[in-house]
Amino acid sequence: MSFDNAYESLIDGHEDAHWAFGTGFAEPLAGVDREVPDVDRADLAAYCLMLGDDALVLSQRLAEWCSRAPELEEDVALANIALDLLGQARMLLTRAGEVEGAGRDEDALAYLRDERDFRNVHLAEIECGPFAGGDFGTTMARLLVFSSWKLAQYSRLRASADPVLAAVAAKGLKELAYHRDHAAQWVVRLGDGTEESHRRVRAGLERVWPFLAELFTPHAVELRLAGVAVDPAELRSEVDGVLDEVLAAAGLTRPADVPAARVNGLAGRDGVHTEAFGYLLAEMQHLHRSLPGAKW
Amino acid sequence: MDLEAQFERTVAAEQRVEPRDWMPDGYRKTLIRQIAQHAHSEIIGMQPEGNWISRAPSLRRKAILLAKVQDEAGHGLYLYAATETLGADRGELTEKLISGRQKYSSIFNYPTLSYADVGVIGWLVDGAAICNQVPLCRTSYGPYARAMIRICKEESFHQRQGYELLMTMMSGTDAQRAMVQESVNRWWWPSLMMFGPPDAESSNTEQSMKWRIKRNTNDELRQKFVDMTVPQARKLGVTLPDPELRWNPERGHHDFGQPDWDEFWQVVGGNGPTNAQRIAHRRKAHEDGEWVRAAAAAHAAKHAVREGVA
Repeated sequence: MSFDNAYESLIDGHEDAHWAFGTGFAEPLAGVDREVPDVDRADLAAYCLMLGDDALVLSQRLAEWCSRAPELEEDVALANIALDLLGQARMLLTRAGEVEGAGRDEDALAYLRDERDFRNVHLAEIECGPFAGGDFGTTMARLLVFSSWKLAQYSRLRASADPVLAAVAAKGLKELAYHRDHAAQWVVRLGDGTEESHRRVRAGLERVWPFLAELFTPHAVELRLAGVAVDPAELRSEVDGVLDEVLAAAGLTRPADVPAARVNGLAGRDGVHTEAFGYLLAEMQHLHRSLPGAKW
Repeated sequence: MDLEAQFERTVAAEQRVEPRDWMPDGYRKTLIRQIAQHAHSEIIGMQPEGNWISRAPSLRRKAILLAKVQDEAGHGLYLYAATETLGADRGELTEKLISGRQKYSSIFNYPTLSYADVGVIGWLVDGAAICNQVPLCRTSYGPYARAMIRICKEESFHQRQGYELLMTMMSGTDAQRAMVQESVNRWWWPSLMMFGPPDAESSNTEQSMKWRIKRNTNDELRQKFVDMTVPQARKLGVTLPDPELRWNPERGHHDFGQPDWDEFWQVVGGNGPTNAQRIAHRRKAHEDGEWVRAAAAAHAAKHAVREGVA
């Protein structure tokens, strides 16, 4: 390749062959059967939103680290994890819109729903650093818990009667295994490293632990979608086993299981969120909402 | 034949100098300074664009922007690694950056004020960077040249994505078209400044040209950039804010006006719109991460002892 020719190639921006890569992202679910299984469509759409919102909201939180990580390598890794989750969210929101059948695409669902219509768990939305609410240790504690739980959920979801959910899960598993491994390695390093890092990661675990119970509390939609959805109550022992193993390797003890109380029995899956969540959405959605009809 | 003569011959014959080859101290120092400034520019450059990740107006644009900013961290890593082949230390270079003793590209001291800026940075700023960097793929120092080949490929991708964003916005609403034009108006002159001062005022050019570290003068590259950009602007449907810009058939190039060099020297001197903010951001990330790096080092040391390999 002659690099002097790169100047010429830049002049004609429409010739794909002149560029090292294309600008679009390949359709990751190309060839997957998109038929909707014989279940209640509103329930299936809501379930896709639950999974999609978990991924979207945590991606938004992790991207806050961009240019703020303790090492350049970690900037790359956290951006990578955020991108994986964003990719999962896009497939899941697209599926939610498709099943709903009201013409909403991934952007309509991400940008034009209000707080009460988001179905993600609180663990995804709480602030765990780099800003208020935590630090790198808290971020890794949250990521360890979230990815261990998601991995257990997706490994069952591979057998879902919804072919799209099964395909998203199969693809996401490899990514989540890397996320969990990354978080586990950091929790071990921090637990074992210095007195300060031990204290900080311990505080991080205490920060996220009250949000564990919600992960394993089934929502009526999940229970009605037997064969399509995963019953989260079934995941508890597997996730506990993973967490205990990592904490033992890190020289950390498991925080007390004192679940955060719900609001009239409701939590994230019902659209009842933490105070921090409104700010997250305000920031994420404002530009899209400011320019109705714009093309991006 | 003495070492210096052999080095001069290698360079004159367009062969690569490799890390273990003898090289003059001045060459080594100039390279470390240049590559480190380039690495710092990639890392500081994460901030103005990273500023819009949380607010990206579609999920596809969010993914593209996040991937781009991630690439910049990766470029910083390759380049710091290239300085390490010359005996520099990443930690020391970072200290020099956050204490203001080493510079980075002044363009990143301008603020990003709308989403069109994400596209315009891709189109104009990355475009100017590519013009500066393509010749460095043939620079005399091997590890730098090889890093630049990879970086140029990725920068071309970024430039194209930026241009594609602007094309899409120009086909949208009037408010979007106005947003693009306003952004072009703000970034055009700073982009021209990216090639450095006019040749007559550039202190480093002559020796660097001789050593084949630099391969074209500032003014040559600036002309190339203007010639490349004018037809792109036309296709896009925006006006470049220079009343003196016109084709000169005798020269076979565009004539164009001069940026405000007083502003350039002010920004280079530390008094740009965001110089203090950019450095403070980098310093805070570095200092906030200190306990994490210390923990990783302590864990690695304990692990080595436990494994009996210390």
